[in-house]
Amino acid sequence: MPTKPDTQTGTGPLVEVRHLSVHFQLRGGTMARLFGRDIGTIKAVDGIDLDLQPGEVVGLVGESGSGKSTLGRALLGLVPATTGSIRLQDQDIARMSRRQLREIRRVVQMVFQDPNAALNPSMTVEQAVGDALRVHGMRSASRRREGVVKALERVGLSPVELFLNKYPRDLSGGQKQRVVMARAIVLNPTLLVADEPVSMLDMSVRAKILQLMLDLKSELGLTYIYITHDLATAKYFCDRVAIMYLGRVVEIGPTEEIFAQPRHPYTKALLSAIPEPDPDKMVPRDLPRGEIPDAADPPLGCAFHPRCPEAVRGCGWESRDLRALVEQHWLRTDMAYDEEQAVIGDLDHLDAPATSATLGTGGAGAVRAILDRVRAEDPSEPLWSGVTSIEDAGPGVTVHFEPAEPPALRRAGGVDVACVLYPDEGTGRASD
Amino acid sequence: MAIDLTDQVVDASAGQPVISARDVRVWYGTTRGAIRAVDGVSFDLAPGETLGLVGESGCGKSTLGRGLMGLLPEGAKRDGQVLFRGRDIFSLSQKASYQLRGSELGMIFQEPLTRLNPLMRISQHFEETIKQHEPDLSKDDIRERALEVLRLMGIPPTRYRSYPHEFSGGMRQRLMIALALVLRPAFVVADEPTTALDVLVEAQIVQILNDLRRNFQTSLLLITHNVGIVAEACDRVAVMYAGRIVEQGTVTEVFKHPQHPYTRELLRSTISLSTTGLNFIPGAPPDLVDPPDGCRFHPRCPEAMTVCASKNPVDMERPGGGRVECWLIGPESEIPAGGKQPLKQQELTVADEA
Amino acid sequence: MRRVLSALAKPFTETAGLARWMLVAGVVITAVFVICAIFAPWLAPYGFAQSSAHGTEFPKVGHPSSAHPFGTDRLFFDVLSRVIWGARTALEVVILSILFCVVLGVPLGLLSGFYGGWLDRTLVLIMDALYAFPSFLLAIVVSFLLIDVYGGSVIAVSLSLTVVYIPQYYRVVRNTTLSAKEASYIEAARAIGARDFTIMRRYLFGNVVQSVPVLGTLNAADAILTLAGLGFLGLGIQSTQAAEWGHDLQRALADAGSGVWWTGLYPGLAIVLLVTGLTLVGEGLNETLNPTLRRRRLLPVVMPPRASSTTTQEEQG
Repeated sequence: MPTKPDTQTGTGPLVEVRHLSVHFQLRGGTMARLFGRDIGTIKAVDGIDLDLQPGEVVGLVGESGSGKSTLGRALLGLVPATTGSIRLQDQDIARMSRRQLREIRRVVQMVFQDPNAALNPSMTVEQAVGDALRVHGMRSASRRREGVVKALERVGLSPVELFLNKYPRDLSGGQKQRVVMARAIVLNPTLLVADEPVSMLDMSVRAKILQLMLDLKSELGLTYIYITHDLATAKYFCDRVAIMYLGRVVEIGPTEEIFAQPRHPYTKALLSAIPEPDPDKMVPRDLPRGEIPDAADPPLGCAFHPRCPEAVRGCGWESRDLRALVEQHWLRTDMAYDEEQAVIGDLDHLDAPATSATLGTGGAGAVRAILDRVRAEDPSEPLWSGVTSIEDAGPGVTVHFEPAEPPALRRAGGVDVACVLYPDEGTGRASD
Repeated sequence: MAIDLTDQVVDASAGQPVISARDVRVWYGTTRGAIRAVDGVSFDLAPGETLGLVGESGCGKSTLGRGLMGLLPEGAKRDGQVLFRGRDIFSLSQKASYQLRGSELGMIFQEPLTRLNPLMRISQHFEETIKQHEPDLSKDDIRERALEVLRLMGIPPTRYRSYPHEFSGGMRQRLMIALALVLRPAFVVADEPTTALDVLVEAQIVQILNDLRRNFQTSLLLITHNVGIVAEACDRVAVMYAGRIVEQGTVTEVFKHPQHPYTRELLRSTISLSTTGLNFIPGAPPDLVDPPDGCRFHPRCPEAMTVCASKNPVDMERPGGGRVECWLIGPESEIPAGGKQPLKQQELTVADEA
Repeated sequence: MRRVLSALAKPFTETAGLARWMLVAGVVITAVFVICAIFAPWLAPYGFAQSSAHGTEFPKVGHPSSAHPFGTDRLFFDVLSRVIWGARTALEVVILSILFCVVLGVPLGLLSGFYGGWLDRTLVLIMDALYAFPSFLLAIVVSFLLIDVYGGSVIAVSLSLTVVYIPQYYRVVRNTTLSAKEASYIEAARAIGARDFTIMRRYLFGNVVQSVPVLGTLNAADAILTLAGLGFLGLGIQSTQAAEWGHDLQRALADAGSGVWWTGLYPGLAIVLLVTGLTLVGEGLNETLNPTLRRRRLLPVVMPPRASSTTTQEEQG
C-alpha cells in the first residue's frame, strides 16, 4: 500500500487493523427474547485489514449497512471487536479493558454525523467541551475554561464569549458541528474518526466544515478516518479511499487512482450515482438494481453480485437471485402473471440462501417452459451461466448453482480490489 | 364528478399551465410574530413538466409545497392565487379541496415509513386510497390498477399482499410514489423524496421521477436541497431564498449562466466530482420574522450595491429566458442615483453562520 | 437569578387559554394551603390539640361562633385550628413521600434503564408487582407494618405512600433513560472517555427527570386522598400527634346523624380544595412541559396588503 512520504515519525503506520471483525447477535421476537435465543448474527465488519499512516486522510465509503460506521466506532472501542486486532501506539484497542479504553480516547476522538443529536441539550457549549477535559482529570475550572477557549478559537467560534454560555438549541447546524469538533480536539488527539461530519448540513456550510477539518489537520497534525456515503466529498478530502460493502472492503487505494480508474463495479456504481449539477457533464448511467441486502443473510459468493451490472459466472449465484429474476420477469409481462404464478407457486421459500433452488407446483415441464421464457427475454443474464443443472423434482424443478467463495482483496493496478473480474496479478489470469 | 369537470377544462385549455401560482404568501404564526416563510412567489407549471425548487433549509421551499396542497399547521395563513386548470384552489371549500387532494393533487413525502400504516397490507393501502375517490371500483379493478403502477415503479406483483415493514427503504419510497400516482393526479408535490435514502437508491428514485412525465403526464414540483438532483430530473428550476423565488428558468440556462448571485454561490458551494476548491456562502439565511430590507440576500451577497439594502428588487425577464429578481440585472431606470455603489457590508463571522 | 425566575415563569408565559387558567387557579389554591401550613402557629387561633384557652374549656361540639368560627368537635378541639394545622400535616406527608420517591425512584430507574440486564429485569418485576397491587390496599398493609416501628407518625404514613407511588417514578425515569441512552450525545460522552457514572449524572440525569415535576404534582393530589383515607380508617396519624383531615372526618361521621355538620364539612372541604388545586397545577404543568400536549401561544398572522414591488409580476406564458 502506498505510504505518504511526509510521515511525521517515519516509524510505520499509526494504526494497524488486522482481520478485524465486529459481529452483532440478533435477537428476534418476543418468544426468542424470552428464552434468550439468538436468531442470527450480523457481520457488520467482516475481516478487514487497514493501515493508517500518520497525517493521512483515509475515506471509508459505502451505503448505510456497509459497516463503515461500525469500523470507525471499533477504532475507539465503542463497539467491541469480535476477532482481530487494532494496534495503536503498541497497544491493541481490540483487547483493552474499559479503563484503558477511556484513556485511549485522549488519542482517538470522534466527530458525529448529526450535530443536533451529538450535543447534550442540557449542557452549555463550555460544559460540553470542558467535560472532555473534566473526565480526563482536569479539576481546575479555570484551566478547563482556558482549554475550552483555545479549542473554540481553533474551530473558529470566536468571539468565544458569544458561545460559551449558549445551549445547543441556540446554535445553527454549522456552529453545532464546530462545537462537536472543539470537543473532539480539546484533548489533543492524534486520530480523528469523522462519521459523515457534513452530510446533515446545508450545502452552503458543508464546504466550510470540510475546510475547517483540513485546517485543523495541518495545524494539529491530525490523522483522519473520514466516513461518508458521498464520493464527491471523499474525492476532495481523502488521500486514500476504501470502498466498503456489507462489512468488507471491496476496493482500496489512493484517491486519484480510484477516481481515475474505478475497478470494482460497486465503486463505479457509487460514482455514477452522484448527481452532477453541471448540465454539460451529465452522462447516462447504468444503475445497479435493488438495495443493500440484509446483513444477517448476505448473498452467497460476492456480496454485490445480485446488484452488479457486470456480474459473471463465478459470482456465487443462488436461490434468491432466481426469485428476483422471476419477479423481474413478471414486472415486464403483465398479462402472463396470474397464469404463470399459478404454475410457479409461492416463492417465499427461496429466501433461504442456498446453491440449489426448488420451485414450481404446476409440473416440471410447465415450470421449465416458464424458465425458458424468462431466459429467452434476456439470454445474456449472467445468472444462467452460474447454473450447473436443472433437474425435475416432483411438481417442479430444482435449479443447481455453482458455489463460489467471496472474492478476496487482490492487487490490480495501483489499488486492491475484491472482485472476480480482477484475479491476482501475480498468478496471472487463472479463472478463465 | 370533480374529475369529469376538470377533464373538460383541460380539453378546452390545452397548452395552458396546470398550475399557475401568482404572488403566493404563506406565513406561520409563532410566539415571536409571523414567519414569512413564503412571501410573494409566482410560477407556472406546464402539463408533464418538472419544476425543481432548490434552496438552503429554512428558505420556505417545503412550506410552499405544503401551502399549495393545503397541508398547513394551525395558525398559518396563505393568500395569493393558485390556478389549477383554471380553478383557484386557495378559494375552494374544505370539502372541495379535500376531493381535489389525492385525485388531482398528489404529495410525496420524505419519510415513507411514517406515512404507511404498518398494520395494513399494500393492497389495503391501495384499496383505501382508490375507494376514497372512486368508491364504485371493484377489488379486481383496483388490483389491476395498483399492479400497473407498481410495475412502473419496479415493484413485482408478488409483493402486492405484503406489509410495509417487509420492504426496504427505497421500496417504501417507490410504494409512496405509486400510491400518490395511482389516481393519476395532474400535479404532484415531492418534498425531499430522496433525502432519507442511500446514494444508489436515491439515484434510482431520481430516475423514476425522471420517468414520471413519460409514464404519467404528471406535472411535478420537486423540492430538494440538492442541485445535482434538479439537474438530473427537472426541466425547469426555481431558486428560492428567504421566502422568494429569486431566479427561475430552464435548468440548462439557470445552471450554466446563473444570473442571481445567490444561484451562482449555491452552485459554487456544491461539492461534486468536478470540485477542485471549496467555496461557501458566508452567513446564514435571515430570520424570516424580520427579514432584511431591500433584497433579502444583500447581507450575504458579494456584489451587493447600496440600492440592494434599501429597495426591493424588481421581478425581471431573465436574459436567456425565465425570470430573475436582482438589481444587477436591472431595471436601470429604477435604481436611484449612486445606487450602484458597492455596499459597505458588515463583516460576517462564524457567529452568523448557518 | 434571572434565569431561575424566567424558568419558573416559563409555564405561565408559554401557555395559552385553558391551560393557563388551570395553572393560575391551581397555583392560587395550593398557595393558600401552603401559607396555612407554613404559618399555622400564627394563623390558627389555637393549637391542634388544644381544648381550653385562658382557663376556659371549649364547648363540646359547639356551634360555629365568633370564638370558634368553624365550631368545635366532640374532643373540644377548635375545628378551624385543626383545618389549618391539617394543611401542615398534609403537606409534610406529601412532601416527604415525594422526596422519598424521587430520591429512591429516580436513581433506580436510571440504573435500571442504563444497565439493563438482570438488574433491570428484577427491578421491573418488583415495581410492576407494587404497581399492580391496589394502591390503597398496599398503603394500608404498609402502614400496618410500619405502625409497630414508627407508630402513627408522619414518617410512617409518608413511607407507606412512598411504596405506593415509587413505581411511577421508577417507570417514567427508566423508560426515558432507555430512549435517551440511544441518543448520539451519550455515545459522544463515551467517546470522550466518560465513565458510566459520569454519563448517568451529567448526561442522562438532566434529560430524564424533566417529567418528574409533573408526576410529582399529580401524585401529590392523589397522595392527599390516600393520606385522608388512611386517617379515616384510623391507620394514619393519631389526633394527638397532629391534625389530620381524614381522621377528623372519621370522628365527624358520628356527628352527622345528630345534625352537626361543621365537624365534617370543613375538613372535607379542605381535602377537596387542596386535591383540586394540586390537580390543576399538575395538569397545567403537563400541558406546558409535555411537548405532545403543549399548545403555544401563537401570535395571530396578519398579512399586510401587498407592497407595490411584489405585485409587478407580469403576465407569463
